[in-house]
Amino acid sequence: MPSSRPKSLYWQGLQAGSPFLLVVAPFAVVFGVVATEAGLSVVQTFGFSLLVIGGASQFAALQMMVENAPVGIVVATALAVNLRMAMYSASLVPYLGAAPMWKRVFISYFNVDQTYAISVAKFEGVPTLNLGDRTAFFFGVATPIFPTWCGMTLVGALMGQQIPPEWSLEFAVPIAFLAVIAPMLKSLAHVAAALTSVVLALALVSLPLNTGLLVAGVVAMVVGAGIETLMARRRT
Amino acid sequence: MSLGDAEIWLIIALVAVGTFLIRFSFIGLIGDRQMPELVLRLLRYTPVAVIPGLVAPLVVWPEATGGSLDPVRIIAAAATLGVGLWSKSMMASIFAGAIVFYGLGALLA
Repeated sequence: MPSSRPKSLYWQGLQAGSPFLLVVAPFAVVFGVVATEAGLSVVQTFGFSLLVIGGASQFAALQMMVENAPVGIVVATALAVNLRMAMYSASLVPYLGAAPMWKRVFISYFNVDQTYAISVAKFEGVPTLNLGDRTAFFFGVATPIFPTWCGMTLVGALMGQQIPPEWSLEFAVPIAFLAVIAPMLKSLAHVAAALTSVVLALALVSLPLNTGLLVAGVVAMVVGAGIETLMARRRT
Repeated sequence: MSLGDAEIWLIIALVAVGTFLIRFSFIGLIGDRQMPELVLRLLRYTPVAVIPGLVAPLVVWPEATGGSLDPVRIIAAAATLGVGLWSKSMMASIFAGAIVFYGLGALLA
């Protein structure tokens, strides 16, 4: 039965992805609620999650929209949050780069934090997997995560209109962001980049067209990379 | 929000296409060519460079209080960050922030 191996890897992927529903589901509900409260329609909110599949960037876009930033700045800020995924794309090439083009299109569409992190850990841990195994595993991981992200966004969007403003649910946005960021602050360079970002974003808040955050982001990125370079040089 | 329906859809479409192209970049187009170390290094810092700057004004000048400092929000944010740093768990961090925010809010109400 030659087809049994890809199938079993698909199931392994599905099992590996399932625990992450505990993170994905509440994040999606909060996005649904906050987006509809900000003024997006239910269809727009659902479409946002369906087409982008990128929680942090969706929250970022939403925040800039609430602040009435111009369309170009909203898009640039959201894409800046997603730039890290170019790195994910690059690091999947050795494992999945030989797959047919149509599969690579879907791999790209589903290449989010969770599917990437779980899959690369598996591919590094089990180097004997062939291309079919790896592709099956990747799509297995995406199987529970993607419908949950979209479905729970819809649940949140439908709930959103019933939630009174006294509940202060808008504060879920900074809480969710801080929770995403805190575990990433694993080196001095990361901490320095984050602090630079905070200080500059606050100092430049009155720059026209909400460009302050983009400036803060670029400078913070350079600070992070610069400190990493310095530390690496000192070690050698 | 002053954006119209068409502008909202335009934003969604542009973010969707741009995000897809970012994810498609290497696996779909560039393939197995090595990225310069400097580019990799910069990309590694995009989340920690952008997200904290996005959060800071929401914590320090929240719209819900008319932009004035709110100790409950500051303490809840600190709790979220602290628990996240300590536990490395996103869920634990969110729960800590929510408990402190609503708990402290109820106590002071």
